[in-house]
Amino acid sequence: MSIFDYFKRKPTKATAAIAKERLHIVMAHEHRVANGPDYLPALRRELMEVITKYVQIQREDIKVNLERHGDCEILELNIALPEEGKETKEKIAAR
Amino acid sequence: MSKVIVVTSGKGGVGKTTTSASFAAGLANRGHRTVVIDFDIGLRNLDLVMGCERRVVYDFVNVINDEATLKQALIRDKSDNNLHILPASQTRDKDAFTEEKVGKVIDELREDFDYIVCDSPAGIEKGALMALFYADEALIVTNPEISSVRDSDRILGMLSAKSQRAIQGEEPIKEHLVVTRYSPNRAESGEMLSLDDIQELLGIDLIGVIPESEAVLQASNSGVPVIRDEQSKSGQAYQDMVARFLGEDIPMRFLEAEKKGFLKRFFGA
Repeated sequence: MSIFDYFKRKPTKATAAIAKERLHIVMAHEHRVANGPDYLPALRRELMEVITKYVQIQREDIKVNLERHGDCEILELNIALPEEGKETKEKIAAR
Repeated sequence: MSKVIVVTSGKGGVGKTTTSASFAAGLANRGHRTVVIDFDIGLRNLDLVMGCERRVVYDFVNVINDEATLKQALIRDKSDNNLHILPASQTRDKDAFTEEKVGKVIDELREDFDYIVCDSPAGIEKGALMALFYADEALIVTNPEISSVRDSDRILGMLSAKSQRAIQGEEPIKEHLVVTRYSPNRAESGEMLSLDDIQELLGIDLIGVIPESEAVLQASNSGVPVIRDEQSKSGQAYQDMVARFLGEDIPMRFLEAEKKGFLKRFFGA
């Protein structure tokens, strides 16, 4: 640090808090994936195939989650069906 | 009863080999028969850090393939009779590693040594998995940096899922956090993840903090484990880490930010 730097000393940004927050989120997600059984991706894909026979949905409309509360495991399926009419067409057109 | 300790991190370049060399040298210096194994097949480096690169004749893969005996491959440290090195091979492929064959070598080493230190390669591939498979304890080397913390977390997952202890449902591997390249000033100013942040994120106990120091580079340049540089903060921090590992209760050092005086700030450090 020279004499000139002293006069224009910039406050350093406290980015560690951002880093910590981001790590919290990404690590929590990775733990869920790592602890989940291996069949989840396949289950999701096959559900997708069955449902698209009847209703037009996108990949992100299916959410498969496995949660653990103590000894109890909950497999949660969340399928967002398209609204009638306009939105369905939009979604199909978007493909 | 001998102990197998893996030194691992997931991420490369965080100080696994430096830590392995100093940790093993510190255990040996305290009178324990210690061997340190380089698991980084194809990218041998521990020999350089330990200063024995010109004495490598046979390596780990030669032993695994029965081309040499363990006695022929082990290199005795030039200044400590308690310390031995089993170097990695330079050229052979990693497929030489199987759990069974590595296990045979570890069992043979258990007969002669108190501590078997396994210097893991970076990544989560075969070499890294082999290095941690037989571990009783683990040193997780982490830099106060976002990708290093995440990779350490992945490796912790591997330890609790892919190790022999995990598979056989035995008592889990004892995990210790080693934070390297730590800069108290930068942590205090909020530029760098603090020790508390890292411990909170990873959820394991801290066994050592090695401050960022030129001594580490100088030591590896000269092929002497930095723990033998008793003048340096890094050397002292590794000494403390070894003592804690052996059960001594020693407070952490070198965690305080250096207060720069007005003159030092004015004229440059």
